[in-house]
Amino acid sequence: MIFGAILAGGTGTRMGIDKPKQFLMLGEKPIIIHTIEKFLLCEKIDQVYVGIHPDWIDHAQDLIEKYIKIDKKVILVPGGKDRNSTIFNIVDAIEERFGESEEHIVVTHDSVRPFVTLRIIEENIAAAVEFGACDTVIGAVDTIVVSEDGKMITEIPDRKKMFQGQTPQSFRMSMIKKLYYDLTDAEKSILTDACKICVVRNVPVKLVRGEVSNLKITTIDDMKMAKAMI
Amino acid sequence: MLNYVYQLITPKTISVKYEDVEVENQVIVKPEYLAVCHADQRYYQGKRDAKILRKKLPMALIHEGWGRVLYDATGTFNIGDKVVMIPNVPGDTQNDIIYENYGKGSSFLSSGKDGFMRETVNLNPDRLVRFEGIDERIAAISEFVSVGMHAFHRFDVIAHSCKKRIGVWGCGSLAFVVSCILKKKYPASKICVIGRNVNKLNQFSFADETYLIDDLKDDFEVDHAFECAGGEGSYYAIDDIIRYINPQGSVVLMGVSENKIPINTRDVLEKGLTFVGCSRSGREDFINAVDFMKDFSVQRRLKSIIYETEPVKDIADIHRVFSVDMNTDFKTVFKWEV
Repeated sequence: MIFGAILAGGTGTRMGIDKPKQFLMLGEKPIIIHTIEKFLLCEKIDQVYVGIHPDWIDHAQDLIEKYIKIDKKVILVPGGKDRNSTIFNIVDAIEERFGESEEHIVVTHDSVRPFVTLRIIEENIAAAVEFGACDTVIGAVDTIVVSEDGKMITEIPDRKKMFQGQTPQSFRMSMIKKLYYDLTDAEKSILTDACKICVVRNVPVKLVRGEVSNLKITTIDDMKMAKAMI
Repeated sequence: MLNYVYQLITPKTISVKYEDVEVENQVIVKPEYLAVCHADQRYYQGKRDAKILRKKLPMALIHEGWGRVLYDATGTFNIGDKVVMIPNVPGDTQNDIIYENYGKGSSFLSSGKDGFMRETVNLNPDRLVRFEGIDERIAAISEFVSVGMHAFHRFDVIAHSCKKRIGVWGCGSLAFVVSCILKKKYPASKICVIGRNVNKLNQFSFADETYLIDDLKDDFEVDHAFECAGGEGSYYAIDDIIRYINPQGSVVLMGVSENKIPINTRDVLEKGLTFVGCSRSGREDFINAVDFMKDFSVQRRLKSIIYETEPVKDIADIHRVFSVDMNTDFKTVFKWEV
């Protein structure tokens, strides 16, 4: 089965506002609703899960009932202390309900990227089925500069080899689960990106072409940009 | 849901508009295969009057294609159903006398409203026709075939019963589809195709007679005629039709011309001719087109005028499609994978 795992565990501290940014209005609906709707419309996804900070679960449920007119079920799961623990709370909830299977694919996505397209989601699913793991990226536009100390340039890599990571990130569920639970606590605190877990364990990760417009709404400026887009 | 709309903002410039789409009372369709029409190409190339371009752009192009149902709030379709999309939007004044495509207040997607170059298309259920058993590439030109079915229907109602010889002026895609329909619907009639391009005329293998326009003899005659030339060719085609058609024949005008065309009214009056203007199509024509296209021999014929170019995945591919279409003799179709 194919599962959508929308990650909304954050509490909005980066934006400096009184509620998590995924609940801010973008047009006529909260950001998270736009994101959930796109996943619900993807016919290849069998069930959509949303990982929500425990304090906001009731609020999220209210919003789903108020705004989502698509007659498909959305399952809310309490988020964890960080991104990966939210993912694996969702994985646990999936396996509790649907059992373990080598065939399960999980498409993880930031709730604050409402401009994700059906193409990106479908290409993620296809790549995860074929390769086991994939990351959504766009080519780097700016030159990337590496600095070990934050003061002086250490290296300027070839821009053609540089990409910016977006989401979704998608995985064969059994594989990513095994990798994650094999990590030490120290590794877990460093490897906050699920694709990075694959990379450091030499598991190939396929690139899926993202969109510049698939922006992550993290700051007030991002929000202004997203509002201007619609 | 946020939807991507790929709009032509000025000739040869495409930009994405993001719109919030409501799903209530609508069917959400993901376009799968689309086809280019001359009308889209004229907008893309900027060959419409500047005033028209100012009025209609920005706008998503393409009004020929089919898609899969992603969601249907009305319960009419199942998820995954293959459906042909109808670009005509009937106005409020719809009645049983005037066809929906001519009704006052009716509008058309990709002519003032966004066409099918969108991530998803939201339509009322009566703007969709379910189909099965038609090659996916051929189904892309269903709208085009429906225009031919509409013209056939009007002709069938209006033209007198002597249909021994029917002339089709033009040797492009429209002439091909119309000839194909006429050949099936009137097997006893001689279908005569008159065109300018010998290579294109050779494609009309099923026609009873084909002629280059310069080779028509003085004693050539037809009982009725379809003008499918369009553009500059419309004048010459209509002039020829009036010359060679028998008295009280019906003339179906289908080609679009940007300029006004002089018509030899003296001979029109003398012969008592009937001229019928035909444009676009409505739901009934789409249903008839889908039914007509289920015939495998029809599909084989239509396939011969279809050129499939590489799938469209981004804006650069949209430009490529319109460029390829400029060098395609007949219809350009493509998979829509944005």
